[in-house]
Amino acid sequence: MKKMIFVVAALLLGAMVVGAVDNAHPFGFPGKTPMDDFFLADALPNRSTENIVTAIVFDYRGFDTIGEAAVLFTALCAISVLFREGGRKR
Amino acid sequence: MNPLSVVVRTGCDLFAWFMVVFGVNVLVHGYMTPGGGFQGGAIIATFTAFLLVAYGGRKLLGWANEKIFDLFEEVGLLAFFFLAFMGFPVTFFYNYLVKPLAAGGVVPPAGTTALMSIAVGLEVSGALSMVILTMYRGIRMFETAPMEEEIGHDR
Amino acid sequence: MIGNAPFFVVGLLFLGGLTAIFIEKNLIKIAIAIGIISSAVNLFLVALGYRAGGTAPIHFLAGERTVMVLPTPQAMTLTAIVISLATTAFLLSLIMLVYRHYGTLDVDEIRRLRG
Repeated sequence: MKKMIFVVAALLLGAMVVGAVDNAHPFGFPGKTPMDDFFLADALPNRSTENIVTAIVFDYRGFDTIGEAAVLFTALCAISVLFREGGRKR
Repeated sequence: MNPLSVVVRTGCDLFAWFMVVFGVNVLVHGYMTPGGGFQGGAIIATFTAFLLVAYGGRKLLGWANEKIFDLFEEVGLLAFFFLAFMGFPVTFFYNYLVKPLAAGGVVPPAGTTALMSIAVGLEVSGALSMVILTMYRGIRMFETAPMEEEIGHDR
Repeated sequence: MIGNAPFFVVGLLFLGGLTAIFIEKNLIKIAIAIGIISSAVNLFLVALGYRAGGTAPIHFLAGERTVMVLPTPQAMTLTAIVISLATTAFLLSLIMLVYRHYGTLDVDEIRRLRG
């Protein structure tokens, strides 16, 4: 019974994935991309950064990088708290 | 984890510091070649993992000073925030050090992008090394824990 | 359908990870399945930003380049990779503590122990 429910759910999910893939844009032709075109044209002359991905990560969208660094720091703090010495004594 | 054979340890002697040099190379040139802060930091953190695999964790815990990794992480994070806040008269994350590409000089022409890449590389290398060390210490705590009586399951 | 084959492969990978989460009983295998799912999502992001005939978005490399791949999905993928790494480390630490507390990694056993 449980197996049947699972098989039906898996088939449903597979059908959803196929439908979503059919509705996506064709691979290799992403349509209009004004933001990325601006980054590609602007990074070398105005920011003198050859690697455009680095320019986006640290300059144009640096706020996301702050959040990411905070996530890494939080994970480290959480692991340190989990394995602290004598943690489970009451 | 027990130490591996002498072949592996000799390979570790040869290549462990090369990992650090290569990671610093990837990190410093992140603004113009493929790479950047995260990738370079992850390569530097490979050093700790390499020592852990080759020499065993007991020796590594004797060698490594965790305050240094903590210092790396905090200095990197604070430098990143400082560089971000320094551009505040204009906007957050304003690139106030950028110069034209042909100017040259000590500070790279990419300005804060290169400096932030170094800062984030420091932070990521310290954080990943600390994660490796802390999780290994958790395993050892688990091994040497005395057989204690059953812990109550009531809440 | 054939032109969208990379998206389809990503969907299959996601489905495989989800199936493993549902049918596996071992917590380590569930953690591996979560890693597979996050890899599938990263792959999907990068595949969405591909332009036909494009090169990597770096001006420094040798050779002539006219079309470049979209750089923003790659930057976001970089962020997502680091976050999934932190999540995986935390997940494995929790699994270690679960094993220490219960002495087993089987999900049904843990539920039977009524912790």
